[in-house]
Amino acid sequence: MTTEVMSNDEKKWVKAFQRIPQVYYFLVIITVLGVVLDQIFARGNILSNPSILTNILIRSVALGIVAVGQTFVMIGASIDLSVAYTISLTAVLSSLLMQGDPSRVPMTIAIVVGVGVLVGLINGLIITKLDVNAFIATLGTGLIIKGFLNGSFTNWSGSVPESFQAIGYEKIGPIPISILLLLAVVIIGWFILSWTKYGAHLYGVGGSKEIGRLSGLRTSRVIIISHIICSLTSVLSGFFVVSRLGSGAPWVGPDGIYDLESIATTVIGGTALSGGRGGVFGTLAGVFIFGVIDTVFNQLGIDTFLKTVLRGAIIILAVASYSFRSEREAA
Amino acid sequence: MSEEVNKQQTPLMEVQHIYKAFPGVQALEDVSIKFFPGEVHAVVGENGAGKTTLMKIMAGVYKPAQGTVFFNGEKVSFNHPVEAQARGISIIHQEFNLLPERTVAQNIYLGREPATFGVLNLRQLNQKAKSVLEDIGVDAMISPTDMTSSLSVAEQQLVEIAKAISLDARVLIMDEPTASLTRTEVELLRDLIFRLKEKGIAVIFISHRLSEVFEFAEKISVLKDGMHMGTSNVDEVTTEDIVYQMVGRVLDDYFPPLGDPEDFGEVVLRIKDGSNDYLHDINLELRKGEILGVAGLQGSGRTELAQALFGVDPFHSGTIELHGKPVSIKKPSWAVSKHLGYVTEDRKTEGLALMQPIRDNMLLAVRSLKNIFNLIQPNGIKEAPNLVPNLGEEVDVRVDTYDKEAQDLSGGNQQKVVLSKWLASQAEIFIFDEPTRGIDVEAKARIHEIIRDLTKQGVAVLMISSELPEVIGMSDRILVMHEGTIGGELPAEPNEAEIMLVATGHQNNNGKLESVASSRGEK
Repeated sequence: MTTEVMSNDEKKWVKAFQRIPQVYYFLVIITVLGVVLDQIFARGNILSNPSILTNILIRSVALGIVAVGQTFVMIGASIDLSVAYTISLTAVLSSLLMQGDPSRVPMTIAIVVGVGVLVGLINGLIITKLDVNAFIATLGTGLIIKGFLNGSFTNWSGSVPESFQAIGYEKIGPIPISILLLLAVVIIGWFILSWTKYGAHLYGVGGSKEIGRLSGLRTSRVIIISHIICSLTSVLSGFFVVSRLGSGAPWVGPDGIYDLESIATTVIGGTALSGGRGGVFGTLAGVFIFGVIDTVFNQLGIDTFLKTVLRGAIIILAVASYSFRSEREAA
Repeated sequence: MSEEVNKQQTPLMEVQHIYKAFPGVQALEDVSIKFFPGEVHAVVGENGAGKTTLMKIMAGVYKPAQGTVFFNGEKVSFNHPVEAQARGISIIHQEFNLLPERTVAQNIYLGREPATFGVLNLRQLNQKAKSVLEDIGVDAMISPTDMTSSLSVAEQQLVEIAKAISLDARVLIMDEPTASLTRTEVELLRDLIFRLKEKGIAVIFISHRLSEVFEFAEKISVLKDGMHMGTSNVDEVTTEDIVYQMVGRVLDDYFPPLGDPEDFGEVVLRIKDGSNDYLHDINLELRKGEILGVAGLQGSGRTELAQALFGVDPFHSGTIELHGKPVSIKKPSWAVSKHLGYVTEDRKTEGLALMQPIRDNMLLAVRSLKNIFNLIQPNGIKEAPNLVPNLGEEVDVRVDTYDKEAQDLSGGNQQKVVLSKWLASQAEIFIFDEPTRGIDVEAKARIHEIIRDLTKQGVAVLMISSELPEVIGMSDRILVMHEGTIGGELPAEPNEAEIMLVATGHQNNNGKLESVASSRGEK
């Protein structure tokens, strides 16, 4: 090890440096790339425009919130494919129950949050008690929700009152509420993962179920709670989506590809698919990377296929760089 | 001596008349041992002697079928290792139970994090971990905030010990603690164990390395085939006594007659100075028609030798010659194309595609030799309709259809299918790693016969086994591995003590072995 010849001070810096999720380097590269494209093709008009910058952030809100939940389940070595349909469910139920009436907002929120807890609980129970692979279990619950929505609703139904739309459009001072919401979710997520017993146990169970068991952790409970958290972030994301759209429809979740994109951004952010490693700040950077790519390419009017190709390449590069690093550490 | 007597009266932990069986094996039979506070007690025995099973019973991982465990004079029965931990019995398994992606402090206090209303007190967590590390005197090497994956094996072991100390362990059980440590690290561990001993902790450790057992322990208990052969004070016994207790047994298995030296042909395989990360200075010759046995303790490099030869973890330096021509084997596929066959230690994960039919398993290796642009055949290759039944007959797999999935076969038949895979590829050199592990007696004898028959057809066999009777019963010559190299070569039919002495690093020439043989005669 080269660290042996370093002073303690240097060691600290090396340690701090190593703690920066690699994804931030990608974020920097993508941003630089964006700036260069911007300068060449739009004379720097895109990224110097505050409203476009805000737009990047707002575009990231729905995906960012649900990706935080996805990060939780993936740290626990699980996965949730039902998030997109939970978002649809939230959007449809919210507009249906509120019917544009502000007085029905609190009740609706309570009911929909309750439904979210139920979805997470069912996912968690199927995975831990019936011992069904998480991929299959949540694919199944997702399809059940989809079937229910498609059978009952064929179009936009009901609407949310204007007061509820504040989440999507209003600002507190210069900052949009939605961005504060995303930041709050990220910070709460970070706090739970890094500063609570539950967080420590989630990393433990995700790292090795057997070690967790031998350390006296209640492994099933830890996993079930992570799924409830994930479903709750889907509900929150769904509230944001419906507040932007004004009304809910069964396809709003799947159309946003929230399931696969939340998994992709979490993985780009350095959370291991096998669990036990990762965090929400990495995921947030992953979400921003997608946001920057989307915005720059949309503004420049470049063919969307190129954008999709770039996204795919980043997923592969990011994950390859993580396994490259862990190999180097092991050596 | 009076102190000894005093100790004798209050064992900290005691097992009485423990019995435990697993399907097909009586793992423990009427084992009674006492462990005293402040005592370092080694439990030794061959592979499969029941050491680990006994330790797991004491630590609450298994429940005994019969018999009682006493802790502090009180009868105890644990349903879960956590219960044993809470009472002060900690076990450090061979495979560490540490999370690589978490810090040292997080690992030590996993499940017991200091917190108020669920919110962690990270400062307290790190301080507590630091004081435990100080307690065992390793705080200079390991910091509580170190990432566990950045630590060496020895340091990780120290973290495991720190974890046990943090649990107020009064009995610390270590399974093969020195197996993967360097000499300096072993000394560090020894110092630490002596410090734990001074604290009044009963340290129990399992080891194969007798030199370390004599260095560390005050008492040695020997297990053999699940039975307790006796407990002795170190200063009253010699290595030879212990080895004799470990191995003195009757051969009860049937083995085919050894090969006739006149039938051994030319050297087909020669390794010169082979080295890689696990092995060094490997020199060996394998002749056509012979069975070369490879013995050695766990971790001595037996399996690594097979893997190096087969290109799984190839040699970095040195040369391999096949039929006198130097070859390079960097990948298993190269080995297959050069007609090597490798019957691995773990047939369920490395030998068979369990969910595929017997037919496909048999053809697995030979198909890889065919041109992939050949026409697709219903059975994979053109020869299959005749080849499969021929193979089945040759290795004596008794099934009504070769479409049966490999997982539905008994262990013995599965092993025969693995064997036939290499027969199909017309392998000339067979490497067997634990050819009869987990196989019933009858099938064992059959597999031994098949291996011997192979040599009569001119095949050369390298056979690795941890079962000494098997090595002795089958081999025309025996290589004994010790710490990553070949510690010595023995002629056919040595006794077990001779092998064990080379394997434990006590003997690498034939000179002094006489004394063991004669001391064996006296007993």
